[in-house]
Amino acid sequence: MEKSERRVISVIVVNEASVLSRITDLFSGRGYNITSLTVAPIPDSKYSRLTIVTSGSIRVIEQITKQLHKLIPVLRVYEHADLVEKEMALIKFPASEDITDIATLCAAYNGKIVNVAENVIIVMVADEPKRVDNFLKIINKYNPKEIVRSGAVALER
Amino acid sequence: MQISGAQMVIEALIAEGVETVFGYPGGAIMNVYDEIYKQDKFKHILTRHEQAAVHAAEGYAKVSGKVGVAMITSGPGFTNAVTGLADAYMDSIPLVVISGQVPMSLIGTDAFQEIDAVGISRSCTKHNYLVTDAAELPRILKEAFYIASSGRPGPVHVDIPKDVTAQIANFDYSIELGLETYKPHTKGNPRQIKKAMEAISKAKRPLFYLGGGIINSNAAYDVRELVHATGIPAVETFMARGTLSHDDEYLISMLGMHGSYAANMAMSETDLVIGLGARFDDRVTGKISEFAKNAKVIHVDIDPASISKLVNADYPIVGDVKNVVQEMLKLSSNINPVKYASWRKTINNFDTLHPLTYHEDTKRIKPQWVIERVGKLLGDDANISTDVGQHQMWAAQFYPFSRPRQFISSGGLGTMGFGFPAAIGVKAAAPDKVSINFTGDGSILMNCQELMTAVEKKLPVINIILNNNYLGMVRQWQSLFYEKRHSETDLSVQPDFVKLAEAFGGIGYRVETKDEFDAALKDALEKNIVAFIDVVVERLENVMPMVPSGGSLFNMMLLEKKEKK
Ligand SMILES: Cc1ncc(C[n+]2csc(CCOP(=O)(O)OP(=O)(O)O)c2C)c(N)n1
Ligand SMILES: [Mg+2]
Repeated sequence: MEKSERRVISVIVVNEASVLSRITDLFSGRGYNITSLTVAPIPDSKYSRLTIVTSGSIRVIEQITKQLHKLIPVLRVYEHADLVEKEMALIKFPASEDITDIATLCAAYNGKIVNVAENVIIVMVADEPKRVDNFLKIINKYNPKEIVRSGAVALER
Repeated sequence: MQISGAQMVIEALIAEGVETVFGYPGGAIMNVYDEIYKQDKFKHILTRHEQAAVHAAEGYAKVSGKVGVAMITSGPGFTNAVTGLADAYMDSIPLVVISGQVPMSLIGTDAFQEIDAVGISRSCTKHNYLVTDAAELPRILKEAFYIASSGRPGPVHVDIPKDVTAQIANFDYSIELGLETYKPHTKGNPRQIKKAMEAISKAKRPLFYLGGGIINSNAAYDVRELVHATGIPAVETFMARGTLSHDDEYLISMLGMHGSYAANMAMSETDLVIGLGARFDDRVTGKISEFAKNAKVIHVDIDPASISKLVNADYPIVGDVKNVVQEMLKLSSNINPVKYASWRKTINNFDTLHPLTYHEDTKRIKPQWVIERVGKLLGDDANISTDVGQHQMWAAQFYPFSRPRQFISSGGLGTMGFGFPAAIGVKAAAPDKVSINFTGDGSILMNCQELMTAVEKKLPVINIILNNNYLGMVRQWQSLFYEKRHSETDLSVQPDFVKLAEAFGGIGYRVETKDEFDAALKDALEKNIVAFIDVVVERLENVMPMVPSGGSLFNMMLLEKKEKK
């Protein structure tokens, strides 16, 4: 087996009906992985940008980018080598946990408390996906009730 | 011009120069059929099944090089057509398939005959559209024809809700195509071409590996020139049959699972594979790690995704084969054809050792004989379609093809039932040639209702059934790899094929001897109506040579040698 690597691919597509299913169908139909996928319109244009985190051997990654490019509404495909990558996570804790501890930790991961209610607090962090992993490991002891991750977005340096 | 969506479809087809549409009407597409009724610019051929409509359009497209057009209704009409779409997608055949859809207001409500057609066709078309506004139709139809026929060709599906075909909007077909995101590379990179030519001039045992892309890009005659100018021997894939003429001294034969010994050995011994419009399909390469193991690879293809997909290309060239071959030809003067004489002699020795042949050692007619016989009698005068199975492989091995677009067969998908409707499309596109369909006793029943189409539209296809009372190809695998457990492949129970043909108004023959075969073919040609020639052939004949699935090309099962008396 060839070695499998994590890769971030950005895809610029025309904003039109079913373009997202074209992309996800391609991944499922050809047996490629999607670790995460984010999509949003590019301001003042008719295009959207997708950021796909995937994994596979070099040959598979090359095929993914080529097959993506073959889709008619795809304008450009970037397979990132040198990139800035961020991911956001929202976490809900019981208000009974140590709020100061949690707030300090959040700050270390580009985050903060974003909502405080009677029984729960919600915090956000925004950092490299690996660091978000790390953060989630550490805060486990504060009994998080719910965790939502956004999937990665990336820009070439 | 303010016209209805349905009228737009007609106007667009006329503007695209469409002469023949294959189809089958129904509720959701009725507005369009109403307009078909009112016009006389193109012919409509009513097939008796939607799958057949698409296969007929494929046959038409393959023989003519034009875009084939099929029209169907929503729901079951569309799902019946899916096999045809998938077949055209696998074999890169340019098609525009137009389907009706339930009205927009009913989409998503599980309406009568509603199915998510674009959802289904997405993975088996080059592109597809759901039209939600008639104002978009001119652009979409124009794009559909352009996308189907440019770059690596393929089927495009356009799904039109019934209310959109009734909607009135402006029709202007002179609009410029946008498609900023779709720009196929047609010109090969000159530096890469130069490097490839240098590699060729240094190679000792180069080999042309000719694929179906050559036929698609109308490059066969350019390839012939290049082969003759360089003196480099060539093998053809199944899809490329007819690129070189059967009697071309540089043509070895077909390679792959049922390729000739010499072709497969040449591929195993070459030091430079020159791949032109071929895609290194698993039926061609056998075990990929052993394929052309000691060779460098030049790979010319219009589809970048085909390059280095399965075999790493040392000299990748993205471009239209025709353009690239013409450029290669300009740089070929420093290649001395004489240089490869001993390499060619080695290959010829392979061929002498294990020629592509068969033994006439039974009382029954050998299926290969029938193919050779038709080749001898009709040769260039016939276009040859096939169904899928042993007869298909024998047709590819033994018919003396002399020109591109002469051989029409389902390669990538291997669709039983393809042959007869495809041959109908072939006859519609090329009425001056005889249209032969070599078929099997299994395959022919998968679209035999097309007898009616052929009778009605006077398209005298001659179906030659190589009747072995078996699903022969599956039976062969069972004999070889499943200890002769012939599970569900015995077709001893059969219809009377003569009566079957006659029931539709065609003509049928049952043939057991060679003389009877000649007489039947002669009669069918004279009568000039659709025919079934049911030829009783040796039941247990195997297609040889054979590279077992997953094996290496050089490890072939071979035809047993017979002592010459
Ligand atoms: C639609 C479809 N179903 C099943 C198969 C699998 N299959 C491949 S060859 C074959 C046997 C074909 O029998 P026949 O048409 O009699 O041809 P023969 O091999 O006997 O020449 C079958 C069942 C197929 N290729 N296509
Ligand atoms: Mg059979």
